[in-house]
Amino acid sequence: MVAAVSGQPVARGMRESLLHPLVSMDPSCNTWDMYGNDFAPADASDGDLLGQVEAAEAALRAAADRGRGGTAAPDADPEAYFADVIDADQKIEPRDWMPEAYRRTLIRQIAQHAHSEIIGMQPEGNWISRAPSLKRKAILLAKVQDEAGHGLYLYAAAETLGVSRDELVDLLISGRQKYSSIFNYPTLTWADVGAIGWLVDGAAIVNQVPLCRCSYGPYARAMIRVCKEESFHQRQGYEILHTLAHGTPAQRAMAQDAVDRWWYPSLAMFGPPDGDSTHSAQSMAWKIKRFSNDELRQRFVDMCVQQAEALNLALPDPGLRWNPERQAYDFTQPDYDELMRVISGDGPCNRQRMEHRRRAHAEGAWVREAAAAYAAKRAGRKEKVAA
Amino acid sequence: MNGPFEFTVSLGDDALVAAQRLAEWTSRAPEMEEDVALANIALDQLGAARLLLTYAGELEGAGRDEDALAYLRDDREFRNCLLVELPNGDFAVTMAKLFFLAAYQLPLYTALAGCADERLAAIGAKARKESAYHLDHAALWVRRLGDGTEESHRRMQAAVDGTWPYVHELFAADPAAPVDPATLRGDFDTTVTTVLAEATLTRPETGWTPAGGRDGVHTEHLSYLLAEMQVLHRAHPGARW
Ligand SMILES: [Fe+2]
Ligand SMILES: [Fe+2]
Repeated sequence: MVAAVSGQPVARGMRESLLHPLVSMDPSCNTWDMYGNDFAPADASDGDLLGQVEAAEAALRAAADRGRGGTAAPDADPEAYFADVIDADQKIEPRDWMPEAYRRTLIRQIAQHAHSEIIGMQPEGNWISRAPSLKRKAILLAKVQDEAGHGLYLYAAAETLGVSRDELVDLLISGRQKYSSIFNYPTLTWADVGAIGWLVDGAAIVNQVPLCRCSYGPYARAMIRVCKEESFHQRQGYEILHTLAHGTPAQRAMAQDAVDRWWYPSLAMFGPPDGDSTHSAQSMAWKIKRFSNDELRQRFVDMCVQQAEALNLALPDPGLRWNPERQAYDFTQPDYDELMRVISGDGPCNRQRMEHRRRAHAEGAWVREAAAAYAAKRAGRKEKVAA
Repeated sequence: MNGPFEFTVSLGDDALVAAQRLAEWTSRAPEMEEDVALANIALDQLGAARLLLTYAGELEGAGRDEDALAYLRDDREFRNCLLVELPNGDFAVTMAKLFFLAAYQLPLYTALAGCADERLAAIGAKARKESAYHLDHAALWVRRLGDGTEESHRRMQAAVDGTWPYVHELFAADPAAPVDPATLRGDFDTTVTTVLAEATLTRPETGWTPAGGRDGVHTEHLSYLLAEMQVLHRAHPGARW
């Protein structure tokens, strides 16, 4: 059922900027609006990820300006046209022909990303009521609200592929589609809010920055906007940990404990090692995915080591050391058996997260029905007046 | 209640407790757009609370900042109205509470924008625009639920009936205050009468009129709300966050 809700400028604006390649993207999220850049020096906390997002955005505009003068005429041979567009690093748009498997892969990936944003509101939302200062409360509330916005934006991107948000929400609620396993871990202390921002949003950005160059236009555009906001979340998380790590002994211990608990689950966010990853090769060929799980995981580790030093917090890996030959850090792999257990439903919070989502959806049913009934009555009245 | 400090604290406490309650909806709203909208309104209330409590601390001159006032007072020292501390209930109760609060805050902040105190006038000028949006949003839901389905009508009427007794406290006369709340009642009544009629809802008769919030005598609910809000801050005395 589609809830007929007015006051949806958010969703409407989203759909427009997803569909129109040249609509300028609003780079602000509400944490920026509210807080500007008045944080402690970033200490390289976001690497140059934001720069990479901006480069992807520039490439997107350049590609749109070039136009898609492919050799194949789209009507004569759609399959060849599709291949040309991919080869030329141009974007596939909703009205273009595309292989059914490409469409299905994208729907699954975008939907699962959207579900992750929505479920991800829970672990951090858990600390809004207890945030230790009014400023932190405002920043956290705005962040969790951003995640709801990301969810809406991504569902809108999936809808350009011919599926409805309601169908996708049903797939989540019935457990037939998954969300990121990281959100099945609990937030036990305030420092977990910092660790999630720094590590989980950080890993999300490393994963998602390449998606800003994804071959499907609406997804690429959605990811540019989302990544900009995620990089801000990552800075806020880093800043929370920095304050705690330089605070009282109890605060410092809280910060270290949070990093200890979130480090390996964050590494597992990049998915199984390359040898075991099922979807990768085809997605690479279609330029949906551009780097392997292990490449991205390595990039994340290398980024975090420097930042952990600046935080004066230890990463819980005795095997972590610089490897001059590889020009990268050697590190201990996360426990992939644990990842599989959590994916299959046996993480600490899987049941709780799903029950929370189902309850909110079920308890809101009468409200959505009322909104639809009210809209129908109004439409009926307008028709009468017109007739 | 009298004096600019008490007045400013009471407005700040209204906004803070309202924000705390609205934020409880995060990740639980009936639909995703509403999750975003409720968070927006909670953020507005929290923003107003921070400005008001900061200024109250300056008026008091005892060195208390927004966090000292928010986290280190007990429920008997809070001056918010009872309406905002009532539990959220179902979505209809939340919308009834928000509707009545916004119908009071809009004329309040509008009047404040023209008052002699420059700081309060600036806060009023900023907050009244936000209140206008809160009022629109809540009024829309009151109409939708009132004139939606049979179930939503029943729930919305029950919510209006259940929260109505708590609105009278908002308008207790205080002629010495920068804005005398009694002068706001006319605007409030006009808004409420219009919207309830459009929503096919009955405006309740006035009988029981609980009060006491402005004197620090609250419902049982406030102490729990504060216990949760303050627990972490109080566990680490003197820490910076
Ligand atoms: Fe997000
Ligand atoms: Fe985020």
